[in-house]
Amino acid sequence: MILKTLFSQLFTRPATNRFPAKYMPKSVLGFLGRVKEGKATLVPPVPVPPRFRGKIAYDREKCIGCQLCIRVCPAKVIEFLPEAKKIRMHVARCTFCAQCVDACPVDALAESPDFLLSDTDRSSATLTVE
Amino acid sequence: MAETQNVYEIPIGPIHPALKEPIRFTFQVEGERIRGVDIRTGFAHRGIEFMGMKRNLIQTLYLSERICGICSISHPIAITLAVERAAGIEVPPRAQYLRVIYSELERIHSHLLWAGVAAHELGFDTLLHLTWKVREQVLDILEELSGNRIDYALPIYGGVRRDVAPEQIPKVEAMVRYYRGLLDELLDAFLRDPSVEARTRNVGVLTAEEADSLCAVGPTARASGLSKDVRQDRPYLVYGELGVKAITPRDYGLEPRGDVYDKAVVRLLEVAQSLDLIETCLYEMPEGEITSFPKIPALLAFLKKAEGEGLGWHEAPRGEVIHYIRLEAGVEEPIAWKVKAPTYSNLMSWVPMFRDQEVADIPIIAASIDPCICCMDRVHVVRDGSPGTVLKEDLLRLSRAKTERIVSGARLSVPGSRPTAHGLRTTDYGGGL
Repeated sequence: MILKTLFSQLFTRPATNRFPAKYMPKSVLGFLGRVKEGKATLVPPVPVPPRFRGKIAYDREKCIGCQLCIRVCPAKVIEFLPEAKKIRMHVARCTFCAQCVDACPVDALAESPDFLLSDTDRSSATLTVE
Repeated sequence: MAETQNVYEIPIGPIHPALKEPIRFTFQVEGERIRGVDIRTGFAHRGIEFMGMKRNLIQTLYLSERICGICSISHPIAITLAVERAAGIEVPPRAQYLRVIYSELERIHSHLLWAGVAAHELGFDTLLHLTWKVREQVLDILEELSGNRIDYALPIYGGVRRDVAPEQIPKVEAMVRYYRGLLDELLDAFLRDPSVEARTRNVGVLTAEEADSLCAVGPTARASGLSKDVRQDRPYLVYGELGVKAITPRDYGLEPRGDVYDKAVVRLLEVAQSLDLIETCLYEMPEGEITSFPKIPALLAFLKKAEGEGLGWHEAPRGEVIHYIRLEAGVEEPIAWKVKAPTYSNLMSWVPMFRDQEVADIPIIAASIDPCICCMDRVHVVRDGSPGTVLKEDLLRLSRAKTERIVSGARLSVPGSRPTAHGLRTTDYGGGL
């Protein structure tokens, strides 16, 4: 029976999604650069489900600086900015449990579908939310 | 003929290409036969209980999830049950059903993961890829329900954080149907394959008596024919109403031998059992609240006032997991937290399983208990920079010294450090960025 499955797989699409390109580029960063210039096309990642827990989105205007998110965050992602009474999140540490979203009394925090967050600099703009 | 010394020692680990996690085996080998084994653990000790005692209970919950990536529902369920017993929190019925659904989904993905690893250890990589390909379906459902592919962050004290939405139910049902249709193919590929059978039948045998006397848990014990399952023996959540029965090879019409083959039988049949449980829960789940504390500040305040101790147990995919917690009023952190992961109970069953086996069978026998070393490592003693073994006499001496200290009322604690149970001084652990 397993042989039948294996032979039938010769004629079906692979189970894996060939992200970011059909064949592994020599340099991923170089490839992404070419994508930006429009010279290459990206094989898109698998779409995320509707209630996906991605990078936390922060609405600075709504935030009242109650620091409840800081109290519940298990990974100590969130830094309090005392002068502004706002927060700064260091996403590189985030465990994506979204407990801060549940705790926020004014809905200033939300789960976004962004998950392509890898970076060589942990304090880069993509990995800092404020 | 004079007896000659032909027994050699082969150390494997703690870091070794064949091991996925750090543990050291010292095999006494005579030719190709293993005559004895010594197991040394403690290389993956992370001090996670100590870290938990420095955090408030909500933070500790997510720390408990990280004891094991695979059992990332089992550990939170055990700790929430412990805290709920300690603090006297009621869990709404719907939340109890949802917890069962989530933990059975986890069992399916863990058992399929194990099946793939076992196939890989036998050198049957085709089966590894096939098993892990079909495992994606349950991971997709877990991602759909929780928002995360792994480390689901679903249970919370007093309930669960996410409900199964009406539009998600058909997706879960489709997954149940998919695995039901596939199960026969999986059983065929694993249990009716002559090469798999040749490599696993009568290999790594753990008899029922050995399993019983060594207190093996989970599929390791059930493969030996013991009817031992926490869901059956000490029902919690709604498992009592669901009438879970421990699965042994007898359910497949086989007399249990306790070998690797039987362990595969038990795990694959448990996938079918979990599918039934998920389906039953989906249909019988009552409407209602999913948590008794919808507001997090109220939960934090309640937990801060709570006092008492509690024990939480759960049948994780690998066996029984136990969390003990002690709370004190006015303190946000747990005063004590003790975790017993299933591999800790199953570790000693390796000794009879390895006896008189061939060296080439080491990987599959080691894998057959589905070990999770980093889950299990809880105690590691480092003194003067070198790891050592603490003997009973040492502990007795330390215990007496501690009594003397208490009796003499010595309050000589140095600021920033405090005496620990073994008379060492540790500086206060400070977290933060």
